[in-house]
Amino acid sequence: MRAPDTPILAKGDVLLAVENVSLSFGGVKALTDVSFDIRKGEIRAIIGPNGAGKTSMLNCINGFYHPTEGRITFKGATRRRMRPYEAARGGIARTFQNVALFKGMTTLDNIMAGRSLKMRRGFFWQALRQGPALQEEVEHRRVVEDIIDFLEIQAIRKVPVGKLPYGLQKRVELGRALAMEPELLLLDEPMAGMNLEEKEDMSRFILDVNQQFGTTIALIEHDMGVVMDLSDRVVVLEYGRKIADGKPEEIKRDQRVIDAYLGVAH
Amino acid sequence: MLSSADPRGEHTFPQLIARNARVRPARTAFRHKDLGIWQSWTWAEVHDAVRAYAVGLHALGLRRGGKVAIVGYNRPRLYWTMAAAQWLGAVPVPVYADSVAEEMAYVLAHAEVTHAVAQDQEQVDKLLSVSERVPTLKHILYDEPRGLRDYDHSRLHPIDEVIDEGRKRLADGPEAADLLARELEATQPADLAIILYTSGTTGRPKGVMLTYENVLRAAEIGCAFDKLNESDEIIAYLPIAWVGDHIFSYAQAIVAGLCVNCPESPDTVVEDRREIGTTYAFAPPRVFENMLTLTMVRMEDAGALKRRMFKFFIDHANKVGEKILNRERGVSLWDRLLWRLGDLLVYGPLKNRFGLTRIKVGYTAGEAIGPEIFKFYRSIGVNLKQLYGQTEASVYVTMQPDGEIRADTVGRPAPQVEIRIDENGEVLYRSPGVFLGYYKDPEKTAETKTPDGFVRSGDAGFFDQTGHLRIIDRAKDVGRLRDGSLFPPKYVENKLKFYPNIKEAVAFGDGREYVACFINIDLVAVGNWAERHGVTYGSYQELAGHPLVYDMIEKHVDEVNRSLASEPRMGGAQIKRFLILHKELDADDGELTRTQKVRRGFIAERYAPLIKALYDGSTEADISTEVTFEDGRKGVIAARVKIRDMKTYPVEAPALEMAA
Repeated sequence: MRAPDTPILAKGDVLLAVENVSLSFGGVKALTDVSFDIRKGEIRAIIGPNGAGKTSMLNCINGFYHPTEGRITFKGATRRRMRPYEAARGGIARTFQNVALFKGMTTLDNIMAGRSLKMRRGFFWQALRQGPALQEEVEHRRVVEDIIDFLEIQAIRKVPVGKLPYGLQKRVELGRALAMEPELLLLDEPMAGMNLEEKEDMSRFILDVNQQFGTTIALIEHDMGVVMDLSDRVVVLEYGRKIADGKPEEIKRDQRVIDAYLGVAH
Repeated sequence: MLSSADPRGEHTFPQLIARNARVRPARTAFRHKDLGIWQSWTWAEVHDAVRAYAVGLHALGLRRGGKVAIVGYNRPRLYWTMAAAQWLGAVPVPVYADSVAEEMAYVLAHAEVTHAVAQDQEQVDKLLSVSERVPTLKHILYDEPRGLRDYDHSRLHPIDEVIDEGRKRLADGPEAADLLARELEATQPADLAIILYTSGTTGRPKGVMLTYENVLRAAEIGCAFDKLNESDEIIAYLPIAWVGDHIFSYAQAIVAGLCVNCPESPDTVVEDRREIGTTYAFAPPRVFENMLTLTMVRMEDAGALKRRMFKFFIDHANKVGEKILNRERGVSLWDRLLWRLGDLLVYGPLKNRFGLTRIKVGYTAGEAIGPEIFKFYRSIGVNLKQLYGQTEASVYVTMQPDGEIRADTVGRPAPQVEIRIDENGEVLYRSPGVFLGYYKDPEKTAETKTPDGFVRSGDAGFFDQTGHLRIIDRAKDVGRLRDGSLFPPKYVENKLKFYPNIKEAVAFGDGREYVACFINIDLVAVGNWAERHGVTYGSYQELAGHPLVYDMIEKHVDEVNRSLASEPRMGGAQIKRFLILHKELDADDGELTRTQKVRRGFIAERYAPLIKALYDGSTEADISTEVTFEDGRKGVIAARVKIRDMKTYPVEAPALEMAA
């Protein structure tokens, strides 16, 4: 649902720019003067020690928090106060650090919920499931089935997600985000609490999403091996400030990053 | 039934597909559940696709005698690949989809494949990674394009594109059609139809060469025996490289014109089977075991009323169910009515869950099934039968005719099969299905095939009074204890494996004082048990070593000993000592074959310190083993394993010598 005046971006163009963003809650500064950009088609990792402000950054990007200072430009349009639903309509989808699914609903219904923004028929017709609404539901179901196939979760299609193991719930959550056909996908610790095999699967899916659908991905992750393997560029936060930004191999050699992670004697 | 002596001469599978397209063009030949919907193809469509595919493969340089590797799970296009290759007189070589790159490289290089057809990116990656070691490999085809878009496509082709190319050539002029007609005629019944690599409990896989006549005659025997026709439905979910799948899902499907259903994914088989309502099923014992284990575990979680109802009716089925299925006399009217009621309340819903409601006949083969498991399915009204077969025989050696089904025998010789038992108890057979030889291995062929055309099965067995064959074990595995009493390891292990808590067992005893045993617990069943009994554990290893788990397993072993003592032949094989292994036996570590059979010799070597401890009286032993993770990395697991002593029971009658 692209607004008619927004430009169509080519791979490598700046999709989202964060400029001098600061965020404070009363006296607590969560983010201080952070600037970086996310380019179309890349996998961008945001890393940093606990409490560095990574999730706050994602929350600013999708409009859940509003930066106290600075601005965020998405597809060339700058919005001072963007609301989460506006971000969603604009093509930003996300998953959460703690899985946020409808536990009592099936995998299929959860992913279908991700399509709700794309539904055109009103509530009345949808509730009746008649005529055009029915046809629309069939179309959406097709998209959802593609996602189910893509994520290899056919076997749990009709299982309530509350009954699923954690790793699979994460996968369903990714499915729901994909159902929005986002331009920018924000993943908050997609691999937290997973075993090695689940991590490998998830890495595979993230790469496939990026390559096959051309979706730009920004992810927060603690597993450095995963970050270095997956991402094209990495931004490093510490105590709400950006301390490094660059390609994984540069980040690995950066003294400030090494200090932040390993700790230094003060 | 069509005989291969038919003067019209349909003696190859492509010819039979053409016949099916003529005789039953609109009947469904294949289904595949994709994106949640069953997609289907009629025989006319399959015929059309296979023709075009053959032309396309020819354009890619596939010629008579060339070998085509097929790697993947059961997909219609992979079965069509077999037919298209055979149309050109080329030889399909199906490969186990879960084989690691190393195994795949060996098979591909040994078979000298020129083309390989893969299901998806995972398999393409594997093929590309071994392609250096397979210099003959020119082209790789794939079914599912996902993830492959950015690959170098100079030697990589989507199957659909190859078929489209064939269609174009067929439309362009008569040359392509002439080529198809010429090649179809040129294939003779005695020509090589397929090479199936056996997983091999020992050593390298061997390529079993089967001719069109072998496969076709075997399929005809099977179709006639169980009266299969075009209205039957089967689900294809076993490895396509396994002879069972090749005969059932390919050969018999084409001969009888029945419908082959390919599941959505390996995890959805039970659900998919339920949706289709297959009429004919084939599964190794493990599949039936797993279904039963899962049911038993779930029943433990059910409410008290349901649990009691389940127990009551299952007990009743145990008593009379099998007699009712066999149409035996002597079942009272009351018992029959009660069974009917049970069918309504318990057996029917269970069969529905298993997807076995419409089943005409189900087979289990591959290895011996636990008699209790076998009986369970039969008692709830599933006509489960055993058959004994081998790749070298194009499956069929013995089968169980209706009304003569018993858990402890594998049946009578199948039609047109001769069997003899040699002096050391090994079963030898001769039939129209007997293979040509092992590919590029005349030495092994000579070892296995006798000059008069019999094949050494490698299994020990004997005919009982009723003329049924009983297989005890692998001939080389059947041993004797030091006191001379018979020790058939698999027989003992199968008794143990009946218990849902025991996943795998490995018994030792040949040339020893007594029988001792390794046990692998089933993580699902025991984990569930632990949850219900408040037993906490942090890992498989911890659970396996838990004293309460040992107590539980000890009870099972005790019951097995009691049961062994009641059988005069087997009484000597009672288990004196056992231990629970700290890790699951795994095919990736080489402890099981790809078809999940235990590799006894390898295990004995690997766990030598544990075996020593079993026989020197110590109460525990240390062991450290190397394990391979899924990504191929290696690690080491170390543990201290406890050993328990068991009571044995007096044998009821003196041990007899094994009948020759």
